[in-house]
Amino acid sequence: MTTLTAPPVRGRSRPRNPHRPVWEEPPTAAGQTAKGLTLGTVVLLIIVPVYCVVLTSVSTPGAINRAGGLVLVPDGITFDPYTTMLSGGPVRRALVVTLAITVVGTAISMVVSVLCAYGLSRSRSLGHRFLLMLLVLTMFVSGGLIPTFLVVSELGGYGKYWSLILPSAVSVFNILVLRSFYSSTAAELIDAARMDGASEWRILWSVVLPTSRAVTAVITLFYAVGYWNTFFNVMLYMPADSQKWPLQYVLYEYVNLGMNMPGQVNSGFGVSGHSQTAPLSLQMAVVVLTLLPIMLVFPFMQKHFAKGMLTGAIKG
Amino acid sequence: MVSTVAEQGEDEQDSSDRPAGDGGAGRTTASSAGTAPQVDRLNWRVRLRRDKSLILMTLPAVGLLLVFNYLPMVGTITAFQYYDPLDGIRNSQWAGLANFRQLFGDPLFWHAMENTLYISAVQLVLFFPIPILLALLLNSVLNSRIRSVVQAITFLPHFYSWVLVVTLFQQMIGGAGLLNQFLRQHNAGTWDFMTNPHTFSLLVTSQVVWKDAGWGIIVFLAALSAIDQNLYEAAASDGAGRWRRLWHITLPGMRSVIVLMLVLRLGNALSVGFEQLLIQRFAVGHDAADVLDTFSFYYGIGTQNYSYGAAAGIFKSVISLLLIWGANKLAHRFGEDGLYRK
Repeated sequence: MTTLTAPPVRGRSRPRNPHRPVWEEPPTAAGQTAKGLTLGTVVLLIIVPVYCVVLTSVSTPGAINRAGGLVLVPDGITFDPYTTMLSGGPVRRALVVTLAITVVGTAISMVVSVLCAYGLSRSRSLGHRFLLMLLVLTMFVSGGLIPTFLVVSELGGYGKYWSLILPSAVSVFNILVLRSFYSSTAAELIDAARMDGASEWRILWSVVLPTSRAVTAVITLFYAVGYWNTFFNVMLYMPADSQKWPLQYVLYEYVNLGMNMPGQVNSGFGVSGHSQTAPLSLQMAVVVLTLLPIMLVFPFMQKHFAKGMLTGAIKG
Repeated sequence: MVSTVAEQGEDEQDSSDRPAGDGGAGRTTASSAGTAPQVDRLNWRVRLRRDKSLILMTLPAVGLLLVFNYLPMVGTITAFQYYDPLDGIRNSQWAGLANFRQLFGDPLFWHAMENTLYISAVQLVLFFPIPILLALLLNSVLNSRIRSVVQAITFLPHFYSWVLVVTLFQQMIGGAGLLNQFLRQHNAGTWDFMTNPHTFSLLVTSQVVWKDAGWGIIVFLAALSAIDQNLYEAAASDGAGRWRRLWHITLPGMRSVIVLMLVLRLGNALSVGFEQLLIQRFAVGHDAADVLDTFSFYYGIGTQNYSYGAAAGIFKSVISLLLIWGANKLAHRFGEDGLYRK
């Protein structure tokens, strides 16, 4: 056994992996290869579509013609589709709408959720069991699609932006994650603050929120991604109102269903002098636009994320 | 997972009811120590005064839930009406069980039911084991850098919208997609997966795998990391090989999480990717893509026969509740907690 526990040699020709527990059998070549191939395939399956779409969106019409569709090898780069897309028309309007919905919606959801989570986090407070039941019950029982639609419509939400935000503003799951953090962190700090006569609002703002930045960031991202991906509520409440569509619905109509983009694919190109730009690159540019924020935000959040999820899901 | 948190909530309450940890309560108790040693016995008016800001904080969320979650529960009575948008819920005519009678005699409804169960079964068999297998595989990778990179990449599509996922699939394996582009260039004929109703359940399942396997991996990896490493060492020194260790240590260690996920999956057996199917209904046709949710959407809102759609919705809710209850019973039989305790 002593030969096996020899100090790990760093560098290229190490005899055994220092991370491998002593008791574990050395790996077989076939096993390692199979493992590598499987994981490699999985990663490629996820990366290749995105790579392809991004590359096609910045390819010249010539490159797209030569490839016969999606481009796999860089062959000529242009950013024309992006300038066309962002210089006006339905996609730019949809981008503005989506950004507004995401910012406003996330703000509303966060304020409501943080308040509620803290309000329920003090055990023994009056009625918190009842209120908690009220919340948790909605995870198992729901009125269903049609009654929700009818309620929102009867409240005058049809065709209004608030119908994309308020009906799904509260996620009970997110509140429960926040609550489990608030009730476990910094009990001494909270007690000390209360001794000093701080109000609950003050404690939430100056004690609880600063000590739970990670989970706040994670939940904010959850909500923001949800609003960015708003789709079904658009289909429910403003399916005919193309002026108000957010990005996901524009993607659905103009790329997925392949409808003509008014003023962009047909006439707009002639106006802006890019009549030869292939619509495929423009379509892919729309895909990239919906993808981009998630790609940008994800690496920064990934670390917090796994941590926040783990503690939220399975008590760590 | 959802339920674990909920359960925890209950857990915490039970345990944290003993140690005070609540300064306000402590103070009040101290001042009236002689008369009320137990905080819970305090006059509710005193407690209300003490907790009024806490209760106030929950009101916005509770209000939104009341309007957008509880009011629709009351609104399910439209299923027993001939709902007319002009009359509203209050003045519409009563229908009794007429909507349900019509529903149960509707071949389209039973077809949607059949599709739902079929797709659900395919997903259970083909999707459910994949995150478990990938988590086991990933867990055996020693290089923590590779592990976290693979984990991050597989997790990413969980945040894509369904429109985006379907669009990416369309661009890869659709009629004008990358695969067919390649096949055409090599004169190998074309094969459009996106519009083929016969393979639709496989398509839907592969999309779910692509989007959400990474999410499942995280849950199962967490379960794996909670297993006591000393067990492995002890087993190995007793001569257990890697497959025996997998069978006798790893799988039992993951058992409760697997059962929990299974209970959730069974409880949601009637919800098979609403948005996902809605988006693809046009391409593949309603015959293959109609499930209970889309049925209720198209025949309830599309044709403005709201009461009919609501009846389909109620039917689904009731069966779903029965499924959750049944799946839990099953979990209890296996000696697991499932969604809630006995």
